[in-house]
Amino acid sequence: MSTNLRPVPSAPESQISPELLLRMHELMVKARALEERLIHMYKQGDGYFWIGGPGEEAFNVPLGMLVQKGRGPQFDYCHFHYRNSGTWLAMGGDPIDSLRQMKNTVTDPFSGGRNFVGHYSRREWNVVPVSSPIEVQHSMAPGTALAQKRAGGRGITIVTGGDAGTAEGDFSTCLIWSSRPANLLPVLMIVTNNKWGISTAYQGQHGEKRISERGKAFGIESKTIDGNDPETSYREIAQAMEYVRSERKPFLLEAMVSRLYGHSSASGANRMTDEADCLVGFERKLEERGLRSRKEMDDLRARFTAQLQEAHKKVRDEPQPDGKTIHDNIFADRDLVREN
Amino acid sequence: MSNMVQAIRMALHVAEERHDLTDVFGEDVGPPLGGAFTATQGIKCAWNTPLDERGIVGASIGLGLAGCRNVGEIQFCDYAYNTIDLLKLAGMMYWVSNGDWNLPMTIMTPVGSGIRGSIYHSHSFDATATHIPGFKIAMPSTPRDAYGLLLSCIVDPNPCFFLVPKALMRVRNAPGEEIPGEPGDDRALSKLIDAPLGDRSKWQPQWPETPDLFVPFGEGRTVRKGRDVTVVSYGRTLPLCAKAAEELSQENLDVEVIDLRSLWPYDWERVKESVSRTGRVLFVNEDTEVTNFGEHLVRRTTDELFYHLAAPPKLLAGAFVPGIGLADNLEMASVPQLPSIRAAIAELAVMEA
Repeated sequence: MSTNLRPVPSAPESQISPELLLRMHELMVKARALEERLIHMYKQGDGYFWIGGPGEEAFNVPLGMLVQKGRGPQFDYCHFHYRNSGTWLAMGGDPIDSLRQMKNTVTDPFSGGRNFVGHYSRREWNVVPVSSPIEVQHSMAPGTALAQKRAGGRGITIVTGGDAGTAEGDFSTCLIWSSRPANLLPVLMIVTNNKWGISTAYQGQHGEKRISERGKAFGIESKTIDGNDPETSYREIAQAMEYVRSERKPFLLEAMVSRLYGHSSASGANRMTDEADCLVGFERKLEERGLRSRKEMDDLRARFTAQLQEAHKKVRDEPQPDGKTIHDNIFADRDLVREN
Repeated sequence: MSNMVQAIRMALHVAEERHDLTDVFGEDVGPPLGGAFTATQGIKCAWNTPLDERGIVGASIGLGLAGCRNVGEIQFCDYAYNTIDLLKLAGMMYWVSNGDWNLPMTIMTPVGSGIRGSIYHSHSFDATATHIPGFKIAMPSTPRDAYGLLLSCIVDPNPCFFLVPKALMRVRNAPGEEIPGEPGDDRALSKLIDAPLGDRSKWQPQWPETPDLFVPFGEGRTVRKGRDVTVVSYGRTLPLCAKAAEELSQENLDVEVIDLRSLWPYDWERVKESVSRTGRVLFVNEDTEVTNFGEHLVRRTTDELFYHLAAPPKLLAGAFVPGIGLADNLEMASVPQLPSIRAAIAELAVMEA
């Protein structure tokens, strides 16, 4: 197989248009404001548990902007983990829905109050239900990719997870099943490496220097990038996606990111001061380039914060699911997934 | 007349030809072997996977989410235990998405004792399967039911377990219960659909024309009518119960035998009607007896039929031991056999409340 490998060229250094940069910035701010609101909600008792992705916006937002969203094998299947809020917003998700899931209201469109916040699901966009167990999505990803390979077209399967989860066998499952010589699969495997598994440091548990190097043993193109830089992220994701879309082969992309509020509310959800903040670095660049002033950025943030505060008030008054509904939707009588 | 693996094969063939079955996969499922028990020989969409049960269940979920009707095989149910969280995930897909993502997929796996399979080829899975809400569960005891239940699993829009009692893999249909269209002559059928020994690379099966015969979920079958005692079973122990009933009829005991066929949903109405008449019921299966599915049935019988009972509802199940030992005596002592089933029925028949 190695003889058939086509080297992936480095992402082009070409400028990303100012409009795109500003759009990315806006989404990153929106994603951060959303996570901060969710943490507020948790601390105010408007939710039982918080988990999310503050600190990963510089990677997650470009990812969401590049997803080809839609229903069925011609579009991208997304097997996300619970830190993909930035991706969700960049795909066009409405932040109030995250608040609804946080408050487990009946209006929560992802699970009707059944699942934790950040556990997105939407068949219309091929976003399969996010699950709390770490890494299981990596065992499922080859299945959707197999359907896409067979269907033809340019749809790919995107699976995301963290660094700690790569210790699970499911990560190996994805590497092996995506690179079977008889049937290479269009899977974009993404590891957002925040260097932590809850309270356990990556360094103490992993001997491999780079997680991406594990792809090499399978002949899988792979790369480690700075996920705290949105321009790098955008270019590299676009590059990796194009490879997977056109070659119909897997790619393993590791992005180094920060974890700004710890693992979850279980570890306090307090701001970490020793982690790089991607938003701070990006805003400095935007200011230096004269693309957006400090005041404009402050206003933007204030606007999103106020919007989310209002949304929070609204969600607070929305109804909780009725206990009588626990038996609803256990079995389907329609084959919805085949009605694509 | 087909045996159970041949019936499974014919159902898979019908499903891939007429019901959009896209994938049958698992370890050694594709050519050249066609399954450890030969249940997938000649199936066009059958393929071999890496030796990775989590990958098999995961791929089955992924294919299902993408709208592909598929059958993933775990070679022995004993090896499904490291996939429990994935199975749980499959079972909750429709529920957790509040009705947005249904999941058509079937996990097929051989279960139970009967081949002297030692500790890791003798497990049962019915107790575990019935602890995973969101799955429909089928467990045939005849080839015809295997055919009809598997077709029902494949076209169902939900996750299904198709549990195949490995002791019954070579058992044939009783006369009059054949699958319409199959040759009555065993050798003739074998010639058509059994892969030859040696080089199989050029072999093509010749499938008999068999119909869409669906055995619906939740519909048991009364194998034998009787007045004195009701026996409810499924899988390997079902024919033993029928045999015990036949033997006891020589002693003037009239035993009714019900084959549950599917464990979720299950045919409570049939059980209820029968027990209401006989006042005595024995549930028989071979999974370990603690937190056994039969215990649920005993509980429900007590809750709903208490005042119809002439004797305590009983369960005869596998011993609560860590595994089934290899030696003949160990296996025979671990799971219900004809003598123990017969004795349990006879005892129940005269028991006074």
